[in-house]
Amino acid sequence: MEATGLSLVTVVLFLPLVGLTILLFLNEETQLNNIKWTTLGTSLATFAASLVMWASFDNSIPGLQMVQRWDFIPTYGVSYYVGVDGLSLLLVILTTFIMPLAILASFRTEVLHERGRQKLYYMFLLLLEWAMIGVFVAQDLVVFYIFWEVSLIPMYFLIGIWGAENRVYAAVKFFLYTMAGSLLMLLAVLFVGGSAGTFAVPEIIAGIQAGSIVFPFSDLFSTQSALFLGFFIAFAIKVPIWPLHSWLPDAHVQAPTAGSVILAGVLLKMGTYGIVRFCLPMFPEASVAWAPIIAVLAVIGIIYGGWVSYAQNDVKKLVAYSSVSHLGFVVLGIFALNAAGIQGGILQMVNHGISTGGLFLVVGMLYERRHTKELSNFGGIWLALPAFSAISLVIVLSSMGLPGLNGFIGEFTILLGTLNSNILGFFYALAATLGVILAAIYLLRMFQIVYMGPLDKDENKNLPRLHWQELAVLIPILVAIIWVGLQPAPFFATMDSSVNQLVIDMGASVPTIVQTLP
Amino acid sequence: MVLTEAYIMLSMVLFVLGALGVLLRRNAILVFMSVELMLNATNLALAAFARHWGQEDGHLFVFFIITVAAAEVAVGLALIVAIFRTKRSINVDELHQLEG
Amino acid sequence: MESYALLAPLVILFPAIGAFINLFFGARMTERWVAGVAIGAAVLSFLVTVLLFSGLSANPGGVIVNPPFFDGWLTIPSAGIDFSWQLRVDTLSVAMLLFITGVGSLIHIYAVGYMHGDPRFHRFFTYLNMFLAFMVVLVTGNNFLMMFVGWEGVGLCSFLLIGFWFDRTRGVGWRNSNAARKAMIVNRIGDFGLLMAMFMIFGTFGTLDYFTPGEIANVELVEEHAAEEHGEEAPGAAGTEGEGEGEGEGAAGEGTIVLVQGEGEAGGEGAEGEGEEGEGGHGHEESAVVYTNNDHIPTEFLGVFGQTERMLEEGHEVQWGPVRLPIQDALILITLFIVIGVTGKSAQIPLLVWLPDAMAGPTPVSALIHAATMVTAGVYLMVRSNVFFYEAELTSFIVTLIGVGTALVGGFIALGQWDIKRVLAYSTVSQLGFMVAAVGIGAYSAAMFHLITHAFFKALLFLGSGSVIHAMEHGHAHGAHHNGHADDHADAHADQDAHTDHADDEDFDPQDMRNMGGLRARMPITYWTYIFGTLALAGIFPFAGFWSKDEILADSWIAGLTAGGLTSLGGFIALVGLLIAAGFTAFYMWRQIIMVFHGQPRTDAARNAPESVRTMTYPLIVLAACSLLIGFINVPDIFLFNSIFIPHELTHWLENSVLHAHAAEFQLLIAMLALGLAVGAIVLASRIYGERPLIEGEGAEEGTLQDPLVEIPRVGRPWGLAHARLYIDEIYYRLVERPFNVTARFLADVIDWQFLHDYFHDVVIVRGFNGIGQLLARPVDLGIIDGAVNGVGVVARWLGGLLKPIQTGYVRTYAITLLLGVVIVIIVLLLPLIQNGG
Repeated sequence: MEATGLSLVTVVLFLPLVGLTILLFLNEETQLNNIKWTTLGTSLATFAASLVMWASFDNSIPGLQMVQRWDFIPTYGVSYYVGVDGLSLLLVILTTFIMPLAILASFRTEVLHERGRQKLYYMFLLLLEWAMIGVFVAQDLVVFYIFWEVSLIPMYFLIGIWGAENRVYAAVKFFLYTMAGSLLMLLAVLFVGGSAGTFAVPEIIAGIQAGSIVFPFSDLFSTQSALFLGFFIAFAIKVPIWPLHSWLPDAHVQAPTAGSVILAGVLLKMGTYGIVRFCLPMFPEASVAWAPIIAVLAVIGIIYGGWVSYAQNDVKKLVAYSSVSHLGFVVLGIFALNAAGIQGGILQMVNHGISTGGLFLVVGMLYERRHTKELSNFGGIWLALPAFSAISLVIVLSSMGLPGLNGFIGEFTILLGTLNSNILGFFYALAATLGVILAAIYLLRMFQIVYMGPLDKDENKNLPRLHWQELAVLIPILVAIIWVGLQPAPFFATMDSSVNQLVIDMGASVPTIVQTLP
Repeated sequence: MVLTEAYIMLSMVLFVLGALGVLLRRNAILVFMSVELMLNATNLALAAFARHWGQEDGHLFVFFIITVAAAEVAVGLALIVAIFRTKRSINVDELHQLEG
Repeated sequence: MESYALLAPLVILFPAIGAFINLFFGARMTERWVAGVAIGAAVLSFLVTVLLFSGLSANPGGVIVNPPFFDGWLTIPSAGIDFSWQLRVDTLSVAMLLFITGVGSLIHIYAVGYMHGDPRFHRFFTYLNMFLAFMVVLVTGNNFLMMFVGWEGVGLCSFLLIGFWFDRTRGVGWRNSNAARKAMIVNRIGDFGLLMAMFMIFGTFGTLDYFTPGEIANVELVEEHAAEEHGEEAPGAAGTEGEGEGEGEGAAGEGTIVLVQGEGEAGGEGAEGEGEEGEGGHGHEESAVVYTNNDHIPTEFLGVFGQTERMLEEGHEVQWGPVRLPIQDALILITLFIVIGVTGKSAQIPLLVWLPDAMAGPTPVSALIHAATMVTAGVYLMVRSNVFFYEAELTSFIVTLIGVGTALVGGFIALGQWDIKRVLAYSTVSQLGFMVAAVGIGAYSAAMFHLITHAFFKALLFLGSGSVIHAMEHGHAHGAHHNGHADDHADAHADQDAHTDHADDEDFDPQDMRNMGGLRARMPITYWTYIFGTLALAGIFPFAGFWSKDEILADSWIAGLTAGGLTSLGGFIALVGLLIAAGFTAFYMWRQIIMVFHGQPRTDAARNAPESVRTMTYPLIVLAACSLLIGFINVPDIFLFNSIFIPHELTHWLENSVLHAHAAEFQLLIAMLALGLAVGAIVLASRIYGERPLIEGEGAEEGTLQDPLVEIPRVGRPWGLAHARLYIDEIYYRLVERPFNVTARFLADVIDWQFLHDYFHDVVIVRGFNGIGQLLARPVDLGIIDGAVNGVGVVARWLGGLLKPIQTGYVRTYAITLLLGVVIVIIVLLLPLIQNGG
């Protein structure tokens, strides 16, 4: 669409704010149900709009589509510049998909009734949705930075007000840790915008390709590398890449169910998305130079995350470390710097959002019934809740990467790309594939202790069956898992031309990564 | 005719005596008397010079000084009386409360 | 014509639908209906397979089928990735399918009786159907990826089925689910190897497909036949001879390959990008031109096996990212990683630890998964990849060593086991070793032959053992007059008193052979079918096992003599090792027969054990018949037999798909030697165990029953070792499990939590941050900045202090000062006058 009028992207972006505005006029005491359903309705409308966006997306165009651009500060080149392309569209849809589920899952969460201020809670959720979509569609560095920072605030409150016992500590830690990284990114943004004369990313990339904008690169610590690191460290904290991950277990354990779902489902992807959108195209030489080191960190994350996850007895912590492991795969795929790796990485971002979001939903439902997250308090749940356990099994298998389900597609493609990558190669793939074994080990342990075994604890008998709202949350996850697993072709098709263009562009600057297909 | 120099010498001697008296005397009244002596020495010098140069300015200035001296004595003696009332002594060595 | 192949997706579909129905509706259906759906699905699969078989017999070349609605699975054009769901219907896959669906159906029928009364009956049959569906996917896939889907899928189903009784009390449930978890995890280690192999295959060939449509699997065979049929034509003549004959049915024999389209496919699904192929390029189903080799297909479009041949010819070098290798080395690496996968799935050294534990599952599961199907997937994979293994001599040698080692280890341990199923489990490990060793020496056809025969008699033995176990449980329940009827035999196991000392639990163990004896009289059908199975397994003429084992032994002898290089060495090792293992086999099986069926019953349970229900015994009878007859599908070319049966029929059948399948000449000496060994072992066993199968323990084991072998001086110790399972599980625990757990806890508690999380944060970050804050607050802010401001005041005061003494308070001082000042001023004023005037 042209830049006149409202593009679909702006509509999708601001629909949550429309809902937010409506909420402002509703009264919590008398209209709580209206509040809840308005929020849900808004998020569903956003999801529908994003589906329309996907339908009208042209897979063959590598560049931005449905662009909207209004100048803010012309002298510095700052503008409201949004659009989608193959790299971001899937993540936008992931966001709008996860939000209704998180919202619906919050309807029956007890902690909300205990702590109150539910209107505020739902307002924060909508604000968060706005910020997250903004991160994915922003094409101007300043706009991106603003959305990035804004997304921290609702999350901070979500954890801090409605979280578990240690919530304030976790919320503050999450906020400060992430913000510390963001400040480095701010410096880099300012430098880039200043030296390029504009903050609009497509223009910067075009300039780099044309040779008119140059960030000098000589070694691992030159100007371009410093800029790369400025962005990368902020993203690395978000992903999180080992060893910058220690905020994640606290944040996940203390956050309420919806908070964990959104955090794992979408927020973590903002980091990996940032790497693909900004670090790779704007700083190709630095990316290539740093790729082996980062890949080593990613592999360490895969193995470390899996191994540590095995030793956990708090089920939310277990899933939190599994996220470190899964996203290690994504980072590895990205830094394979070829089409297979990057596309696998992006798809795995979506897959991880669905699977781990699903896991947290499941854990949340267990918590609602038993008010404990300790593994040893469960056992035999399969007998108590057969349908729930069957659904949990599918989600666990998806997280484990069983072929036929979504997780496998991403992992397979990533590892395939890693082995055949000019930068990485055999040993990285070997080490990373070991992570596949580890995933089975920790997930099956969790599944066995919680669901299998005899039903001998009295508290575990007579648990309430699945409520229709809970089923309504889990079914879309199941559908997504199976659909992406069996028919990933549409997803890949969406990404293909943009990723291909990215790889070609990078190859133009750094010919070593160019591959002939086997 | 008496030489002007003689008057000046006399004036000088009187002045010095007066200055020494101010510096060396302990009794405040005597200090004041010495100050008067210095003033009068100055008067003498002025009158002598006035006669020497044949101008009336010096004479005029003598009158000013006499007036000022009188006023000053009045004030000073009043101060001494007031001080004596409190301190029972007019020894200038004992009057140093305004020190830093 | 080749439209029969369109039925192929049904073989997957029927069990999938069966599983689906039982999953969602099984809880509300009666046992009859559930069983009916499940068995019906399995039998329908079998019937379709038979149809495929008959269709393929006419044209054994092999066909690729694109199922409808499932084109293009993983497609990433810019990465050259295009993996789709494609089925390969050829002689190898159909051979596998026949016994998978056939034996599978029989086991489904058997399971009805065995699982009768179980509260989760319908779930069991859901999993059985699911398992069947995945196994079919495994063998019918036309590429490694689809095979992998089935590979992991059966792993999943084995997890669900082995751990089926996870809810048993008193620790048994945990034991079962642990076994299930172990199975899946060990399999995953194998999967790691297979995944790496797949990545390397893609990096080498650019595809994962076995064959492309139109490709001929065994060019030599086809050319041979073409030469026969058309006289002395130059091979490869893409002749138009076929045209005249080709219109109607059956264009010239075995060379015709046709692309079969699924419904709804527009033309040339598989022909995309393949340029001109005279036949199937536009959705036609008939061939106009007959090809006798693959020369017309450019290299990039061939499947991996076809590409291998060409690459070897041209001395190609492969590029995996930054690594560059000649094709031979690449093949060695690829095959090594495939072997890792095989050792996981087919329970070879060093990953065999899961299979004995997997006996925790219900016996039909053991029969299906561990005898007939899942474990054979590894062997199937190697036979399918025979082109790779044939060229990678080093790996093949390693495979031989692994196979022989496993065969010996499995056989040895089986000698010392008391649990009836454990004996069979280790026997399976051992027999899989035979098959793997056969692959190692290049005897692909022999391996497949043994695979097929083994499926039948091992399934028979497992089902027979299940019948015995079931009977023992019944007998125990009735004998002790408990009301725990065996309907609910999920609990019958758990709440009985101890009758004998048993190391594991204090309950009566219906699987312990020491509790059995004399069941021959009580369970005649079971007994006789079991004998059939035992004789087949031991390799007694004319049962099936004799022929298949002999084929392997003959092949190893021939390989030893003629192959040269490592393969020769492997052949001799295989010959010797497998002969010994065969001896073990016969011995422990006969030991089992004596202990279980002969002699006198040793417990009440054995005295009261009833024969099993018909749904259980009928499959036993069918399988027993097969154990006798199935060997004749591949008899060697010898006197008498070659007039009744077609010699090496299976081999010839397989040759169409397996390039390096070959028949071995019958070696009379070897065969006699093997037979003699087996018979001798049986005689020996009957000597040792015949009179008294068990003896009273002495010394430390007073009061318990011991194996007679313990008495014999030099044999006692090794027997103890066998009984302790060579301490494999203990070693595994010490070397793998415990270090893993310890490291996990170390990483989690010390490194991650204490160091990274607590220390790094609290000390480095928090204390550092506070420290800097304190530093800035006190020394800097208060000290310097405030200090500067205050300092101004201090300086002022100091100066004042300095100047203070001037104010003495004495009038005289002031007076002198005045005077001095005046004097100075006067001098200064007068100075110039004095100088000038003076």
